[in-house]
Amino acid sequence: MTEITTAHYVFLSAALFSIGVIGVLTRRNVVIILMSIELILNAVNINLVAFSKHFLSVNGQAFAVFVIVDAAAEAAVGLGIIIALFRNKETVNADEIDLMKW
Amino acid sequence: MNTVLEGLFFYILSAMILGSAVLTITRRNAVHSAIWLVSTLISIAGLYLHLHAEFLAAVQVLLYVGGIMVLFLFVIMLVNLDEAAKERAFNKQWSVALIAALVLMAELGYFVIRGASAFQFGQSSGGSLAPNTQLIAMALYRDYMLPFEIASLLLLVAILGAVILAKKQI
Amino acid sequence: MYFLEHIWMIPLFPLMGAILMLLIGRKLSNSAVSLICPGVVGIAFLYSLGAVLQLASLEERQYELILYTWLPGNPFHLLGGGSATLSADWGFLLDPLSSVMILVVTGVGFLIHVYSVGYMAHEGGYYRFFGYINLFLFFMLTLVLGNNYLLLFVGWEGVGLCSYLLIGFYFDRKSATTAGNKAFIVNRIGDAGFIMGMFTMLAVFGSLRFTEVTERAASGAFAVGDAAITAMTLLLFVGACGKSAQFPLYVWLPDAMEGPTPVSALIHAATMVTAGVYMIARSNALFVLAPSTMAVVAAVGAFTAIFAATIGIAQNDIKRVLAYSTVSQLGYMVMACGVGAFGAGVFHLSTHAYFKALLFLGAGSVIHSLSGEQDMRKMGGLWNRIPITFKTFFVAALAIIGTPGLSGFFSKDEILWYSFITPFGTGWILWLVGFVTAGLTALYIWRLMFLTFFGKSRVSHEAEHHLHESPPLMTIPLIVLAVLSLAGGWIGWPAALGGSNHFEHWLEPVFEPAAAALAAAEAAHPVAHSVSQEYLLMFLSVAIAGLGVFLAYTLFLKKQEVADRLAASYAGVHRLLQNKYYVDEIYGKIFVDGLAKSGGTALGRFDSQVIDGGVNGTAWMTRFASTLSIWWDTWIVDGAVRASAFGVKITSYPVRLLQTGLVQGYALMIVVGVVIFLSYYLLR
Repeated sequence: MTEITTAHYVFLSAALFSIGVIGVLTRRNVVIILMSIELILNAVNINLVAFSKHFLSVNGQAFAVFVIVDAAAEAAVGLGIIIALFRNKETVNADEIDLMKW
Repeated sequence: MNTVLEGLFFYILSAMILGSAVLTITRRNAVHSAIWLVSTLISIAGLYLHLHAEFLAAVQVLLYVGGIMVLFLFVIMLVNLDEAAKERAFNKQWSVALIAALVLMAELGYFVIRGASAFQFGQSSGGSLAPNTQLIAMALYRDYMLPFEIASLLLLVAILGAVILAKKQI
Repeated sequence: MYFLEHIWMIPLFPLMGAILMLLIGRKLSNSAVSLICPGVVGIAFLYSLGAVLQLASLEERQYELILYTWLPGNPFHLLGGGSATLSADWGFLLDPLSSVMILVVTGVGFLIHVYSVGYMAHEGGYYRFFGYINLFLFFMLTLVLGNNYLLLFVGWEGVGLCSYLLIGFYFDRKSATTAGNKAFIVNRIGDAGFIMGMFTMLAVFGSLRFTEVTERAASGAFAVGDAAITAMTLLLFVGACGKSAQFPLYVWLPDAMEGPTPVSALIHAATMVTAGVYMIARSNALFVLAPSTMAVVAAVGAFTAIFAATIGIAQNDIKRVLAYSTVSQLGYMVMACGVGAFGAGVFHLSTHAYFKALLFLGAGSVIHSLSGEQDMRKMGGLWNRIPITFKTFFVAALAIIGTPGLSGFFSKDEILWYSFITPFGTGWILWLVGFVTAGLTALYIWRLMFLTFFGKSRVSHEAEHHLHESPPLMTIPLIVLAVLSLAGGWIGWPAALGGSNHFEHWLEPVFEPAAAALAAAEAAHPVAHSVSQEYLLMFLSVAIAGLGVFLAYTLFLKKQEVADRLAASYAGVHRLLQNKYYVDEIYGKIFVDGLAKSGGTALGRFDSQVIDGGVNGTAWMTRFASTLSIWWDTWIVDGAVRASAFGVKITSYPVRLLQTGLVQGYALMIVVGVVIFLSYYLLR
């Protein structure tokens, strides 16, 4: 097989990113949308770490740590929102939440 | 031998990642989606190990799988997704969204293939990735001290926000 | 030479009286006013007497005193080339002519003041009356004492003003105020002529001073009949017509009887109306240079005399008769000036002042005793009820008709004689007119006498109750004037009857230029005259006066039915005379209605259509412009704004539909956007 270059990892990252995008855009369940967002963030992380290996610099990994921190905070807040939403509207379907309609 | 093994590990891990990801987004049951996301995350941790990012792999498993996914599962339990499981899984724009995302992937892929020649391992001199934890520590506490502190502040705010949002009464 | 040096004080005394009345008159008691005002006039009379006596002692009987130059010199061009400077001064000239005038004015004025104290005792506005009369005397004295035409004109205007004020004294009566207006306005017409005459005088002579003008006129530089001087004298005569009530500007004098009787006596008999005659006499040097003007003057004077006399015989108001009599006698004076007999004219002026003032004051006394009755048809049989008034009135009535020995005889006969022998033309026509007028004068005056004092009493019952003789304050001036009417003519005893005619001699220096011109004219056209002719004419005038008295006696006392039958058979003529030949009505139609009212209407229409039209037009333009700008603002400016708003609104309808509220939709759009961006880089 061909040598595994950074490009392969980038491709992988892109694919994972796209899968995450599909999940965000397609699923009705808000929780699963949040999970898709985690996929996207992980794709970014893969990219960062791949390039950290490419340049043999640890900065990429440090950045990835920050991304993980951010993902955690975001997930916490997002889930809080879902809980609050569920309490009010008794639904977790994204297309039933259209209060900001015209 | 090294390269073959390297390639093998990469492909197996990639397959696991992508496969789990696809399964994550397609399951009707939210708990199934969560479990498959756990699978994806652990596979990604494996990939980090392969990329000589040991600390990050550990952090990934500890934080992501151990923290965030548990949180997710808690919330899934809270919001009682039994009725949701009986409803439609995909929304009305799924076709357009699918096409858009695939086009996006195609374009990104095209860019990657076009620039593939730029990606050669060991191009830059100097630096190393080992000892990994020490280097990351030094990077975090020396070069990136400010972002570190800000990140801690962010976490504080997030905790507060989550608490307030989830409380029954303000 | 105290009085001569202080000649400027003579007008000042009455002026002080007038100013005192103006400032504090309201607060003074009647007795204080009666003391101050006649008092200052009396002092003025004494000063005048002193000044005249001192003048008589001078070598050359002319005294000029210039107080200060009022108008400084402004250069201008003369008619015949050369240039002069316009200057007028506040200066006084006392010569024989003005001395006669000031004595008459202050003397008769003083007597009338004393009379007024009694007459106006029960009237309102006591201090106002005396203030006005004093003001009048100030202006009159300025008029006669002034040394130049401009100062004369100041006095001229001033007496016109005071005449207006005094005619309209009873200002709550509309007839009085209208009469005052009429007097002032008709006078104004004359004044316009006077002013133009003064302009011409300036253009010709370059000066307005009497001495200078007389000198230059008599110097022989101007030919007899010079056009400029003829124009000048005609214009001056127009002024005299206005002031001295000659035809056609006499109409104000009868209406002026609306004022109190002392006013009629002083202003409209003795003094103001004589200002015109005085002015002509003063300008004798100019008039003799213009024979055509002299002819006009004589003709107008003669015509006025007979015209007014005919009206006088048909009037029923006692004061109206006397008013027309005044106009007629003024006609005599003007006629005298017209034939060159200036001295005779001035003589008649002074005698007329005595008997006419006496007639008016007597009439005032009659009216006063009858509690305000003025219609002669309601009088009669008063001769023994108001004896002093009757007796003095009798003397005046004899004097005016020219009874031999009384003052009127000498002055009137002199005029008639000089008219007859005038070298300027057909004197005998003038004499004939004057002759007939003398007869008419006797007729109307003695008609007045018989109707008022004799016959059955037609006095109304209430007046009968209050019938009483006037108080001494009123009767003493009457007596004084009666004495003057008797004896006042003796100073002019003509040479034909053996006298030395002091009066004429006294006035000679003033009329030197006239005398010279007359002598020259006489040499050119000698008119035969002799002393026997003079006696004949004197006899004739006495005869016709007697005839007039007899006619009056017959018609109005003995056989009044004859008078009524005559009036009935000649009803048209009688009505014509009674209505004063409808002259007032004609004037009213032509001038008042024709010019003033239609002019006013025309101007009114001009104002409302042209001027207001212009204003309205600009207003319309402004409104039109504003309508345009409203349209512009609403449709173009606002339209642009509203169009953009409309555009936004239109586009908002579809765009709004993008806002579904579904977050995934938005996320999809983000992705699509990213794809598009990437494809741009891809295709580059």
